[in-house]
Amino acid sequence: MELSEHIKTANVEDAVLRQPLHPAARGTLCVTGHHLLFSDREESSPQHFLLLLRNIDAIEKRMSGSSGTITIKCKDLCVLQLDIPGMEQCLNIARSIETLSCLENVSEMYPFFYRPSDQSLKDQWGLSSTEKHYSQMTDLHDRWRVSSVNRDYSVCPTYPQAVIVPKDINDEMLVKAAKFRHGGRFPVLCYYHRKNGMVIMRSSQPLTGANRKRCREDELLLQAVIDGSDKGYIIDTRSSQQAQQARMTGGGFESKSCYSCWKRLHRQVERGKALQESLIKLVEACGNDSHNMDRWLSKLENSKWLSHVQTALSTAGLLAECVERDGHSVLVHCSEGTDSTLLISTVAQLIMDPCCRTLEGFLALLEREWVQAGHPFQKRCAHSAYSHARLQQESPVFLLLLDCVWQLLHQFPLALGFSEALLLRLATEAYASSYGTFLCNSDKERSVAILSMKTLCLFQALLRPKERRCYANPLYERTELAIWPSVHPQSLQLWRGYFLRWTQQARHLEEAQEEIRNMVILWEKMFEYVCFNFFMLS
Amino acid sequence: GTLYLTATHLIFVESSSNNSTSILHHHIASVEKLSLTTTGCPLVIQCRNFRVVHFVIQRERDCHDVYSSLLRLRQPVSYEELYAFSYNPKQNDQQREEGWQLIDLGAEFERMGVPCDQWQLTDVNRDYKVCETYPRDLYVPITASKPIIVGSSKFRSKGRFPVLTYFYQEKKAAVCRCSQPLSGFSARCLEDESMLQAISKANHNSRFVYVMDTRPKLNALANRAAGKGYENEDNYSNIRFQFVGIENIHVMRTSLQKLLEVTGTRSLSMSDYLVGLESSGWLRHIKAIVDAAIFLTKAVTGEGASVLVHCSDGWDRTAQVCSLGSLLMDPYYRTIKGFMVLIEKDWISFGHKFADRCDQLDGDPKEVSPIFTQFLECVWQLTEQFPQSFEFSEWFLLQIHEHVHSCQYGNFLGNNQRQREELQLRDRTHSLWAFLMSEKQNYLNPFYSPAFSELHPVLEPSTLPYHFKFWRNMYHQFDRSMHPRQSILKTILTLRENSRNGESMLQALENVSALTELQQLGVTPVATSEPPAPPPTRDQRSNDGQEEVGEEAIEGTDTERTVEGSSATESRKQRYGELEGTYNSELAKEEPAVVSLEFGVARMTC
Repeated sequence: MELSEHIKTANVEDAVLRQPLHPAARGTLCVTGHHLLFSDREESSPQHFLLLLRNIDAIEKRMSGSSGTITIKCKDLCVLQLDIPGMEQCLNIARSIETLSCLENVSEMYPFFYRPSDQSLKDQWGLSSTEKHYSQMTDLHDRWRVSSVNRDYSVCPTYPQAVIVPKDINDEMLVKAAKFRHGGRFPVLCYYHRKNGMVIMRSSQPLTGANRKRCREDELLLQAVIDGSDKGYIIDTRSSQQAQQARMTGGGFESKSCYSCWKRLHRQVERGKALQESLIKLVEACGNDSHNMDRWLSKLENSKWLSHVQTALSTAGLLAECVERDGHSVLVHCSEGTDSTLLISTVAQLIMDPCCRTLEGFLALLEREWVQAGHPFQKRCAHSAYSHARLQQESPVFLLLLDCVWQLLHQFPLALGFSEALLLRLATEAYASSYGTFLCNSDKERSVAILSMKTLCLFQALLRPKERRCYANPLYERTELAIWPSVHPQSLQLWRGYFLRWTQQARHLEEAQEEIRNMVILWEKMFEYVCFNFFMLS
Repeated sequence: GTLYLTATHLIFVESSSNNSTSILHHHIASVEKLSLTTTGCPLVIQCRNFRVVHFVIQRERDCHDVYSSLLRLRQPVSYEELYAFSYNPKQNDQQREEGWQLIDLGAEFERMGVPCDQWQLTDVNRDYKVCETYPRDLYVPITASKPIIVGSSKFRSKGRFPVLTYFYQEKKAAVCRCSQPLSGFSARCLEDESMLQAISKANHNSRFVYVMDTRPKLNALANRAAGKGYENEDNYSNIRFQFVGIENIHVMRTSLQKLLEVTGTRSLSMSDYLVGLESSGWLRHIKAIVDAAIFLTKAVTGEGASVLVHCSDGWDRTAQVCSLGSLLMDPYYRTIKGFMVLIEKDWISFGHKFADRCDQLDGDPKEVSPIFTQFLECVWQLTEQFPQSFEFSEWFLLQIHEHVHSCQYGNFLGNNQRQREELQLRDRTHSLWAFLMSEKQNYLNPFYSPAFSELHPVLEPSTLPYHFKFWRNMYHQFDRSMHPRQSILKTILTLRENSRNGESMLQALENVSALTELQQLGVTPVATSEPPAPPPTRDQRSNDGQEEVGEEAIEGTDTERTVEGSSATESRKQRYGELEGTYNSELAKEEPAVVSLEFGVARMTC
């Protein structure tokens, strides 16, 4: 079925668009297969407004007489309103939006049609790969190897083709260990700490089940990780109670008796439905202007979002502390190993590793730890906070990550090479994008859809000089030290730039940010000029 | 380390690093002796600038001595004992005199365009006869004759009759202030009615005057029983009466106490913090004050109407609302000098009772209340919403707050101008404003844009609840672990300084090609707002004769003032979870290591 068949009314004259921070505009509305296009009638300077249909989370129709009003709530939390003359036109448009905003078939989505003139499909896709990551870390070559046991995705459908594992463990053992882990996600290396040679591993839960099954190969694999060291830590991002309960459904945890050198730490990091509900409550509270102070604070508390941020940061801090301060390797996992596991390991890497804190380093980290490591973006980001659809697999884990990174940026404004604008852009792109990067749920699905040939890569696009200017942190100063965030509740803040993005106050702050950028650029030029003159004169 | 008590300061010197911490006795809000532990006798000192210091003193007898000395020292009985009278920053009399002349309120009223054809200076309070808590120079409508003034003052609580505090030249609208009328249930006063009439007539733009009673209606009603109350709209022609519902000093005091209790809790969880923030009501009160100021601003700038503001006595809520309103209306008050003028005018000269509210002398604890702190916080909330509108940064506000309580300068001593004259403060103490002005560089806001102010002369802040934040740098100024480790402000100032140096260097190069100075080109460290080291130069002799208490232990986290966090993280005491011991500890556990220093050797005891 062609997309155009969903469009009964393609053009509406005399529609009115109301969007936050702008005066209402009257003009022509167009619906295409992937966009809403609105052009106002200002003769002198016509304004166009383009909205990706995928960005629409929910719509509400209201009819009054012969005209109708559609309220559009976007996944980037913007709320728009369209007044459309003619009841039938209005209903047609609403129906088109409803269908076209949640297309299920990947190959119909916009990234497959997005062809900007300044970018080409032949451009390089992606920044990082397991092999590249491995080759950058020469220190670990004598104890670790790249295994392509998963080259046809048969061992683990959600892992990339290549993974880094201990040298002593051969591929047959990996296959067996994978059978003992949920979804085949056997322990693989995700971070090597140069300072002391310790590593972060991640996996999914072991399938010990109610009758305490064991797997010799899995035990050997973990033993090989701490080879030469006295112990390691396992950070289970579930409470010990949850881990116990998981045994009833075939999951479980590494018991003390079978993994004697590993010390288990339980920290409950929320994910899944609870996190989605938390986001919904928070956005609801931010969208209601009639609350008084007490009501707002109680809603904020009730949403628990900031508690989740606090837990995530402190668990990541704990992980980093194990590696950097205590000098031991760590295995981190939850149940599936595709959500909070990735969240914790990513934040910990940002805390410890200065290479991850540059603009390129951060994007490469996201690509490795989220896209390639199999965070199911398409399922998790199908809907955002406004949707009335029944919750399925939606969960804003990636958004929580960005919030945690923002808290880091807030506490260490000089240590990160990228700006808040980048985090906002990523938060938007993860939910609706012209690029292929966040499509699909795993490396396997992406290779089936041939994304790297048929769509453009967001990360590459963000690194182009023009874009880089907006997303680099003008005050960045590299520090080799670990950046330990404070996790006192008083130190954490609501990410106003995101949750209150469409308010006048957010604009003032943005202006101030822009001011910083301009000042720094001016001073740098000035400094260069002075240095140049100095050079000439001496 | 070693603890020293002097006549004015408590000084702690760490024996390992020679770092010293000094606390002014006037800053000490409370001293508490906790029960004896194995390491010694703990002493907790809470300061008015929200610093909390824990000492552990090994011998109980020493601890008791320190405790009782501090109790005596922190609460002087007479003004002469205050630090301001002994503080000497090595200035001669002329410099001191110039310092006091920095702020001239007469010139300020002239700047507003007063006196003019409708407003005049009156000398009725020349000898503080009509109202002893008002300044000598007062501005009233031309048509308000002396009998009207005197009559009106008799009908107002504490004689505080309606006078001009801000004149909005563009619309000739006035902001006036007074105290509540002594109306009881039915009393009237014709002079007072003509006074309001005169204010109304002085403004041709509007047919009526707003009368803002900043109290909740219930409080105003209750006051009627005591023969006070509020204006009856039937008796006053052309007024529009409005309650705005800011709570009284007692509610505010309790609210801040609750807030500090919550934020002072160890291992505070996010939920408890937010619930505590809500139940303290602190931000609700802050919002109420900003809301009232917005109401005032809209009436004056929007409708061009004059407004009369009062509460009960007209020196707490009235001061908050008038000053905050003026700040919203007039960009001048958002500059460093202008902000000083504003405080001098609406707070100092109009008789906000600093001595009572800040507990300068051993007074009635029921009179103590963080009214001025609230005002500073309201201003801070505005600076957060309008980063480009203020010439000063947060550190300016913090520094003012510091010195309101330090009693190091004469400005805030006493309760009113009359008392200050009796104390001869101008001759015997120094002015804070001169000191702050000399350090102006440290308080500049790098984002300040006069062009933005020209574009937006009147600020229209949003008071939607999510725009109010907890002011961490005020209430946790000394908790190093809580602050951002790196500061944008500091970096920007450094960069700007560098570029200025570069600029001037370039000029030097162009003028004289003297190459000798060029070594300085690159990096020049910029001083941020370091605390003014208050070295007591005179009268250092302690009451107890330089009592030395050895073998102290001090908690690491609270000891050092951090204006800006350091970028390194070595000093961090906070941990995310204990790695040794029990692993089920909840969340991140802040476990400041208590270091017991024995004969200068540190030994971890925790």
